Amino acid sequence: MAVADPLSPKNAGGVPAIKTRALTKKYGEFTAVDKLDLQVRQGEVFGLLGPNGAGKTTTILMLLGLSEPTSGTARVLDMDPARDPIAVKRRVGYLPDAVGFYGSLTGRQNLRYTARLNGVERKAGESHIDELLERVGLTNAANKRVDTYSRGMKQRLGLADVMVKRPSIVILDEPTTAIDPAGVEEVLALIRELANDGAAVLLASHLLHQVQQVCDEVGIFVAGRLVTSGAMDKLSSSLAANGPIEIEVAAPPPAEGVKAIAEKVNGVISVEKDGRDPRMWVVRAKRDVRADLARALVEAGHAPYHLRRRGDELDEIYRRYFADYAAEGATTA
Amino acid sequence: MTGQSISLTASGAAARGRKRKNIRSEQPLQPSQPAKTQAAPKGARPAGVPAGWRVIAAKEFADHISSIRFLVLTVILTLAAAAAVYSTAGLLKGVAPDASDQPSLFLYLFFYSPQNSPGFTFVFFVSLLAPLLGIAFGFDGVNGERSEGTLPRLVSQPIHRDDVINGKFVAGLAAISVILVAIIAVVGAIGVLQLGILPNIDEVLRLAVWVVLAVVYVGLWLAIALLCSVVFRRAATSALVSIAIWLVLTTFAGFLVGIFAGFLSPIGDNTTQDQINNLSMQRNLSLISPSQLFTEATKATLNPAIQSFDINALIRVANEPQAYPLSQLSIEQSLLVVWPQFVGLIALTSGAFAVAYVSFMRQEVRA
Repeated sequence: MAVADPLSPKNAGGVPAIKTRALTKKYGEFTAVDKLDLQVRQGEVFGLLGPNGAGKTTTILMLLGLSEPTSGTARVLDMDPARDPIAVKRRVGYLPDAVGFYGSLTGRQNLRYTARLNGVERKAGESHIDELLERVGLTNAANKRVDTYSRGMKQRLGLADVMVKRPSIVILDEPTTAIDPAGVEEVLALIRELANDGAAVLLASHLLHQVQQVCDEVGIFVAGRLVTSGAMDKLSSSLAANGPIEIEVAAPPPAEGVKAIAEKVNGVISVEKDGRDPRMWVVRAKRDVRADLARALVEAGHAPYHLRRRGDELDEIYRRYFADYAAEGATTA
Repeated sequence: MTGQSISLTASGAAARGRKRKNIRSEQPLQPSQPAKTQAAPKGARPAGVPAGWRVIAAKEFADHISSIRFLVLTVILTLAAAAAVYSTAGLLKGVAPDASDQPSLFLYLFFYSPQNSPGFTFVFFVSLLAPLLGIAFGFDGVNGERSEGTLPRLVSQPIHRDDVINGKFVAGLAAISVILVAIIAVVGAIGVLQLGILPNIDEVLRLAVWVVLAVVYVGLWLAIALLCSVVFRRAATSALVSIAIWLVLTTFAGFLVGIFAGFLSPIGDNTTQDQINNLSMQRNLSLISPSQLFTEATKATLNPAIQSFDINALIRVANEPQAYPLSQLSIEQSLLVVWPQFVGLIALTSGAFAVAYVSFMRQEVRA
């Protein structure tokens, strides 16, 4: 099984915001988190992706010092959350799964309470709260009771709530669950902003399509183990290592020459007409040959208008690793 | 907080952006910063910042005061207390010629009931309804936060975990104190108007001691209700179990005490000594019940004539009235009489809170 490579060249600079080493949590016989090595840097959005029950929330609770690891270590901003949870929680904003607010209070009152708990000075806190409410688009609803809010509004209020303490690290647990597509877009844009502001963002989710666009790096987390992690393109190449990749290509007619040109490209195994769409060729290759293929076609006078790698989506990667994992589980069981 | 965020904030964005930049520069995002925070003592808060439990208690107290249950309980208790005192005042006026030399007539308002009357006095209603008061402010303390989904958010703030339960307990006690003091004030005013006498310092002090006693007693039920709110997921279950405990300890305790006393100190030959022993045993056993402790402490605190609850002592006094002339205890002496009950109540309340505290601390946040 591949694990995170903490010394990859991309990670070399700066102390990581979050770093775990062989972090393990057991409940009796059940291992919720199994020797997790994780690293998140400042200004980066790390997507911790896995199905429900994979151990994502358990991991988060250990990072916040709300749950003690059975073994292994976690460092958050170079602090140990198990030993100094208050200092960690002062710097880390956490948006829990299915976040709730006090329904009888207004949105503003809820944020004010969080500010008070963080020891934010009243006057400075008030203008910051106004700013945050504006940022998440809740200025008009700020003085309405939270039990009149929609799910999406609560989620945005949750993001404002996380930002009240001006966190260096933001941990979001399923931030896009149960909100409508427009709401998802808004939430994702806000998350991206957080990272642009310099915070490290750890985003735990099982909704791949939704979060892949904002993640700089992802880790696939299944049954307590980090199956693989890295930047999206790295994951794609590690996927390719498991078998030939398929590339769809189409060019305006006359396109009969495409097959011959494609077959000459280094690494291509076969070129066939697509069964469903006769205008399209399917190129099977040992590596990602898209760039070479495009150049070859253009040099030969073709104008490819469609060039897509099949399975070049997180979803595909995810399913693949899940399938592998399930198969392995079946053989070892 | 630069760049994109500024473009999102509408008017005056530039000025605010600068301001925010300044804040940022004071709190750089460099991971080297936390080393300083870490060097400070664990959980240390900057000067002038209230402790976590205070913030939680303030918020919870504000919630209680503005809640419907607070209003309903205040109205019910005030009505019951006012009615009780009004009728007691009428009774006292009827016996006034005999009682005119009673030094603490004012306090009789709160507990006086003539022989063979049902005894619907102020202290009776308070003892009856006090547990309800405690249960009302505690039964959904922790599981309410869970079902609203606010608990994970709350404990992820820079506070200690016990700040949550401590803050809730303090807020509950404060709400209870407000209600009890308000009722005493209303009832005292009715008494003054009805009887036309003003309480003296001694009587006011006795009432103050009684309020403290009542707060401790209600605090016991608050702690029991908080414990239920930790243990049970649903607020309804928690409320039902709290009420069940209340019924068992107050209503059925009398039956159980009678049965156990019958076993331990049977009235075999129906001799006087056997009966005395049995009564004595009943009294000792009933002290396990917090309501009995509170009743005795109430009596001796408010009534200066009560010198002991020990049956043998009472019999001695009855047999030789000359040797023990009727006297009025000073407030210090009365405090000595109720001290064991007082300490017992404090111990029970602390114990119940300790159990609630430990079970909350041991619980998984997500459980």
